[in-house]
Amino acid sequence: MKYLTYIIIGTVVLLAPFYFYPTILMQILCFALFASAFNLLFGYTGLLSFGHAAFFGFAAYISGFAAKEMGFTPEFAILSGALMGGFLGLAIGALAVRQQGIIFAMITFALAEVVYFICLRAPFTGGEDGLQSVPRGYLFGLIDLSSSLRMYYFVLAIFIISVLSLYRIIHSPFGQVLKAIRENENRAISMGYKTQQYKLLAFVLSAFFSGVAGATKTLVFQLATLTDVHWHKSGEVVLMTLLGGLGTFTGPWVGSAFVIALNDGLADIGEWVPFILGAVFVVCVLLFRKGIVGYIDLYLRKTGKQ
Amino acid sequence: MFSSLSFSPQLVLSQLVVGLVNGSFYAILSLGLAIIFGMLNVINFVQGALFMTGAFVGYFLLQLAGIDYLYALFLTPIIVAGIGFLIERFLLSRIYKIDHIYGWLLTFGLALMIESIFRQFYGVSGRPYPVPTWLRGTIDLGFMMLPIYRAWVILVSSIGCLATWYAIEKTQLGSYLRASTENPQMTRCFGINVPWLICITYCCGVGMAAFAGVLAAPIYQVSPLMGSNIIVVIMAVVVIGGLGSILGTIITGISIGLIEGIAKIIYPEGSHVIIFIIMAIVLIVKPTGLFGKRIR
Repeated sequence: MKYLTYIIIGTVVLLAPFYFYPTILMQILCFALFASAFNLLFGYTGLLSFGHAAFFGFAAYISGFAAKEMGFTPEFAILSGALMGGFLGLAIGALAVRQQGIIFAMITFALAEVVYFICLRAPFTGGEDGLQSVPRGYLFGLIDLSSSLRMYYFVLAIFIISVLSLYRIIHSPFGQVLKAIRENENRAISMGYKTQQYKLLAFVLSAFFSGVAGATKTLVFQLATLTDVHWHKSGEVVLMTLLGGLGTFTGPWVGSAFVIALNDGLADIGEWVPFILGAVFVVCVLLFRKGIVGYIDLYLRKTGKQ
Repeated sequence: MFSSLSFSPQLVLSQLVVGLVNGSFYAILSLGLAIIFGMLNVINFVQGALFMTGAFVGYFLLQLAGIDYLYALFLTPIIVAGIGFLIERFLLSRIYKIDHIYGWLLTFGLALMIESIFRQFYGVSGRPYPVPTWLRGTIDLGFMMLPIYRAWVILVSSIGCLATWYAIEKTQLGSYLRASTENPQMTRCFGINVPWLICITYCCGVGMAAFAGVLAAPIYQVSPLMGSNIIVVIMAVVVIGGLGSILGTIITGISIGLIEGIAKIIYPEGSHVIIFIIMAIVLIVKPTGLFGKRIR
């Protein structure tokens, strides 16, 4: 039964670009990965970072620069973006993990603003215009990625590898400690865990995978802009995670698919999109805190027991 | 980089005045944020959006109803406090029992909604709000020309901040407020209606944002973006000052404005980012903030 579901999901994912617009699917994959990386921190460690756009957007610029100006192949462009995201995570995380709860969120929020400023002023980012017409290049120097279909399978491969890594992290002893920190940090400390180091490592890993997502996004759209670094993006990823289901593994994917479909479907009414996203936010917080997947889980568990 | 600059005293002084004006706004807004956090344990992200709403309400009062600046300065906070009343009663009061982080997320959603409504009708461009005639012109201080309106802003906001400090630290209502911040259950046992006190606090905090909005309208242009531009700085001010001290928040707000003003003379592009560098340094040296106590 379980294998059957996997086969069905696999077939759907492989055939999807023939039925849907591949760019939208790739966008969903990038943001699903971004939200999954964010979920590692918020959902599993209980730390709300309100500056995750910094890692996403900065990695987007780095990979764009590497691919466009330095002639990196796509895989190295993404890797360099992700590594820079990770380093940035180390710098910001080292400051932020000294505090908890709401102050943690405020620190990440404010430091992400510094990154925004750097991206606005630094010579390599193109300022207000951003980095445009970034070449997708040749994978391993061999496979031309300019066709959307090939690019889709490349993005899918990155998504699967990253998500499997995240799965391993969450279900490792390290991941268990993270959950223990979320549930009761003082108890984790009293059991001898150096929780600050665990939190910092979780932060860096989350920033790294956010970087992978941002870097991949640049190659998909061949574009890196300031909107990727702006705090609205940080809010959007919180919304995706919350809507899909906080601390559930597949929740962020559902959430990001939902938010992107919403963005795409409502493109005609332009300015109202933030209004609707804001309203979804309010409704989620008031009435729907477990998220879509969270409630499905709950329902399945209830019916399973009877 | 520094050798090419010559600091004329006029330039330095006028930048200091600009810094003081910005600092006054930071002080009022972060003060509102701090008293709301003290009572509700909610970081009121919508503070920036309500600052912008305040500026717009002042603008509407002038354009549509012909109510001029001085009356708007009193009417606007009341109107916006009404909005705050609805937010607190119908939305925020439902989530006090759960993790405080949700308060941030809820108000973030509200901020998106409010900003998007104004953007829908007014785009991103600013609208000028005329300086009232009796506050136009400059005073010659001998060593510099001081625009009267700027002096007025500094004066009024200092009075506002000190009045808030007095109300919280020295009056009876303030003592109820401090008591219920300390221990809400025990305060209720003494027959004080804490939920209403919370509501009043929220309305006051939000009203202060609107007050700052009207004050700011003639200086900055009235624009839908003014809220989201300032909220980031306010967050940094609150982190630097640390939550828990009224006077500390006021001092931090004004000093940050001044430092930003000085930075504008030395390195204009970096003036915005200096605030966050200070924040990082403060966090390394004293993680609770300069005047902060430990937060639960």
